Amino acid sequence: MAERWDAPDLPDFSILKRLAKDQLVYILEQLPGKKDLFIEADLMSPLDRIANVSILKQHDVEKLYKMDNKLVQGVSDQLCFLVRPRISSVKHIAEIVNADKAIGRLRKYKIIFSPQKFYMCETVLEEEGIFGDVTIDEWAFYLLPLDDDIISMELPEFFRDYFLEGDHRWICTAAKALHVLHSLFGPFTRTYGIGRCAKMTHQVWKQIVEDTDEMKQCRAEIGRAFFIDRDVDYVTPMCSQVVYEGLMDDIFRIKCGSVEFGPDVTSSDKSVKVLLNSQDKVFKEIRDEHFSNVFGFLSQKAKKLQKQYDKRQGMDIKQMKDFVSQELKGLKQEHRLLSLHIGACESIMKRKTKQDFQELLKSEHGLLEGFEIRESISCTEEHINRQISPIESLRLICLLSLTENGLISKDYRSLKTQYLQSYGCSHILTFNNLKRIGLLTEQQPGETLTAVESTMGKLVTDKTVGKLTDAFSSLARKSHFRALSKKLNLIPRIEEEYDLRVPRDMAYIFGGAYIPMGCRIIEQVLEHDSWTGLEDVTRLLNGNEFISTEGSSDTSASSSAQRLILLFFLGGCTFSEIAALRFLGKEKGWKFVFVTTAITNSARMLESMLETSS
Amino acid sequence: MNRNKNDEEDYWNSTKCKAFIFDDDDEFTQLKESKRAVNNLRRIVDDDEDDEDDDDVEKVTWSGERVGSIAWSVKENSLSTRASEIRDEGFARSQSSHAQSAVTKPLSTYSLSSFFKGRNREPPPGFYGSSRPGSFLSLSDSVIGSGSTNIAPDLRKSKFDYKDSVIDWNALETVRRMQKAKPYSLEKFRSLKDKLQLVDEAVRTHDGNVITAVLIFLNKTLSKEVLFPELGLRQGALNHFICYLKEMGREKVLMELLRALGRTEEAALLHYKQHLNITDQIKKTDFVKSCIGFSFAPDDATHVEDHYTLLDRQLIIEANDKRIEAAGQMDIFKRYPRKASILNMPLITTLYYACFYHYGESEGTFSGPGNLRKTFKISDKQYVLTALAARVKLKAWNDVDLLFTTKNWLGYTKKKAPIGFHRVVDILHKNNAPVKILQEYIALVDNPELKLNLATKYKCHDIVIESYKDLKDRQQLLMYRKKVDRGSEEERKIDIILNNSQIRWKN
Repeated sequence: MAERWDAPDLPDFSILKRLAKDQLVYILEQLPGKKDLFIEADLMSPLDRIANVSILKQHDVEKLYKMDNKLVQGVSDQLCFLVRPRISSVKHIAEIVNADKAIGRLRKYKIIFSPQKFYMCETVLEEEGIFGDVTIDEWAFYLLPLDDDIISMELPEFFRDYFLEGDHRWICTAAKALHVLHSLFGPFTRTYGIGRCAKMTHQVWKQIVEDTDEMKQCRAEIGRAFFIDRDVDYVTPMCSQVVYEGLMDDIFRIKCGSVEFGPDVTSSDKSVKVLLNSQDKVFKEIRDEHFSNVFGFLSQKAKKLQKQYDKRQGMDIKQMKDFVSQELKGLKQEHRLLSLHIGACESIMKRKTKQDFQELLKSEHGLLEGFEIRESISCTEEHINRQISPIESLRLICLLSLTENGLISKDYRSLKTQYLQSYGCSHILTFNNLKRIGLLTEQQPGETLTAVESTMGKLVTDKTVGKLTDAFSSLARKSHFRALSKKLNLIPRIEEEYDLRVPRDMAYIFGGAYIPMGCRIIEQVLEHDSWTGLEDVTRLLNGNEFISTEGSSDTSASSSAQRLILLFFLGGCTFSEIAALRFLGKEKGWKFVFVTTAITNSARMLESMLETSS
Repeated sequence: MNRNKNDEEDYWNSTKCKAFIFDDDDEFTQLKESKRAVNNLRRIVDDDEDDEDDDDVEKVTWSGERVGSIAWSVKENSLSTRASEIRDEGFARSQSSHAQSAVTKPLSTYSLSSFFKGRNREPPPGFYGSSRPGSFLSLSDSVIGSGSTNIAPDLRKSKFDYKDSVIDWNALETVRRMQKAKPYSLEKFRSLKDKLQLVDEAVRTHDGNVITAVLIFLNKTLSKEVLFPELGLRQGALNHFICYLKEMGREKVLMELLRALGRTEEAALLHYKQHLNITDQIKKTDFVKSCIGFSFAPDDATHVEDHYTLLDRQLIIEANDKRIEAAGQMDIFKRYPRKASILNMPLITTLYYACFYHYGESEGTFSGPGNLRKTFKISDKQYVLTALAARVKLKAWNDVDLLFTTKNWLGYTKKKAPIGFHRVVDILHKNNAPVKILQEYIALVDNPELKLNLATKYKCHDIVIESYKDLKDRQQLLMYRKKVDRGSEEERKIDIILNNSQIRWKN
């Protein structure tokens, strides 16, 4: 779908990278002379996107080490540690420092916390007796632009820390990140939000704005901002992704905007790391497409490419020279990309065919629409019984529970028992976490007995009651998702066939079966510029919605700024949601800037619920 | 294939969504064609390849890291660390290189310091540097001291550090100052009332960093008996305290806290969690046993007991089998040496193991599948699935057959599969069972349509032919005749049926 003529242009976010790089250089210069740099594993990929080894070497970084729990001595007299503010990292550093002390070795140490330090980390330094031996710095690397319109905080732990543990440590960080964007591309004139965390982040951010000196009065590039909590919509990320980029993420795990293709994709013995963003001309056109359209596109592209190469036939020397100097490079590049994506598609097909993906999708669609729940349960059971994949099985259980507003006790217990038998007993900890975070609910007995059921019970003989109860319990149970889905029209009911080539709404990202709930809410609120009309919806979502006019009203931002909207996902968003909203933007003439604590998907969310040895 | 397609169409028609078939032949052929086209092009490209410039596909080492990337460099280092001798950097050199780098430091177009650095920060000079041994460069120290942000609050700065120590900030002001990384002092919050006010204000800031900072102060200055109940009344603060204790690895205090607050189930799970850190199987088993008395939720209590029983059982099986394998007493261990120990594996894996190595042992032996099935109340469905997978792997077709054979009271045998024979066929196929075996089980599928689909999919001609005959579908049979080999047994069979005038064809 083509963009509307009046769609606003995106600001250039690469300035964020430059800022981060410059600040890192500045901090490294604070420790003059040769030094070893220890980098925490989680920070390596983000760092790779903004600096490279030669930049670090230019600033006297002698050796680079990955921080793992091994005691590495390093070679320089100065050690620099680049870490997230975690107690375990600080304890590890303390070990290194104290080991030096024990042998009487004198060195300088510096810890660079990114994006900020926490008080509790400093207490650890104090307790370990090395406070003062170590200098502390903060690298305010809050935001990494992954693409023209995606900015990530690269804080996947945000999800668990806030939504599971109820820890507010990152809220201030999120607010500060937003403040950076606000000062560079704002001022925002209108903000919206839903969710407890969204509300708090908004409050903290307002406080920061208030405390900062008056902002320079410049023309706003981004006029509006929408904050949304991940727990507003758990259903969408629990669905299998079928847009190309989402599928890629589910299968190959896109890390910091780049993916590693193994030999099965490259059809050679080498692995290739590829950046996936709009710079990749082939990828740009297929990333948001439903997977079924991708083949057609690729074959078209291949034919076109063939034609362009064929032009060489019958060229004279001069034409050939021009061809080689002007077109060939582009063609070769396209060719390389094309063969990579075809390889990726093949690999995706192979894996998906193996795991009966079609059956799985069918069962998921059934759950979303509320059909054939029993069949879905037995499909899930089979997954578990055959020990197919622990995470996939969890995903199905959660999707079942979310769409049905909780599992009846009998189903819950039986699925849990089978799960523990198949994947190990220690998963009682996982189930406990899933329950706490709300991805999984066991209905309290009594809740399921509805009026219809009990009257039916009186009417029919005892023998049939059992069967009827089973049939009714899945139909008549109160369910927030069902209610929300109805109120928000999430399941398209259209008579004719859904043509995925010409999407008509955001449901195309799930093969036309379901409009992602969070995206729908964003659409409704932005369109009406208010929450009115959505009272029932917000009530079912526990409220916490807000709308606010920021700054002085006389500086009414330009209309193009009004249509450039920042979306802040607290707890992560998926590539499918991004695709859906890009589609929405094209329809409405809006452009979205996706700011997220991290790109997520079902596997990442569920893996963060597992307990591991400490 | 056919079956799926039909199913799909049925389903999708009803939901109005376009079917997208992941194992669709058409899509695959399209993809294959594209691939072929591109591969053909590759030759052309390679011909022209005289100036190979990898601008979008990055150079990657054998381990898959981009050459020159940070991850790559780190790996290189870990490889060479041991070999490289520790160089002794003299001060002179280090200083000169500093001077050099200070000169060459690129000037950035955007000055960030004003942007990122906190305002109003004047920590006492030498706060970081003066006490440090071997401090040789006051320049760097002063830069750090005056320039760097100090967003996290800093409790250690006692009032002696500040001239304005007289100022009495109230709880709100203090918390705000902590948030903005301005100097503050918590010393004056000595009464319980003041302390609680402080923590309440901290929670109101929504800044987890400040909340934890205040809690650390409270933890140091209040006894548990006073602190814990107060936290019990403050869920927000409590969450932060629990997180802090978890991260610090202070399980004992955490257990005390949870018990004091009556959150016994949480305490039980927390205790149970520690088994993950124990690697020794015997110790782990003992530990899980020690968990049994804890106040888990009723269903979890059963699971923990089962966990212990399983671990215990695995120890016995492992010790026994290790001995047998070493002694070479049992043929099966020689034919299929054990790849890994069974210790700490899930129940179903253990059952599979038992079905693989100890099939047919009496229910009395610990290692036999029958015993496991009974002890852990494994469902029929689950048992059959697992046993089937194990016996198929060993190509023990007789066992497979017996798995589905039941005798009724008159002594007649009957084939029955709690998982449905279509699943059985699927599993057999995935384990490369021969067509003859497949055919046997496809014939047992109840649903005629499903049976036909499976037979078509796995090329069991006899069943397909019989099915069409039963369906009186002459057209389909004619079609199928084209698919079988010319002059084959099947073709003859089809011809006989087609020529059978007794059959009343429907088309």
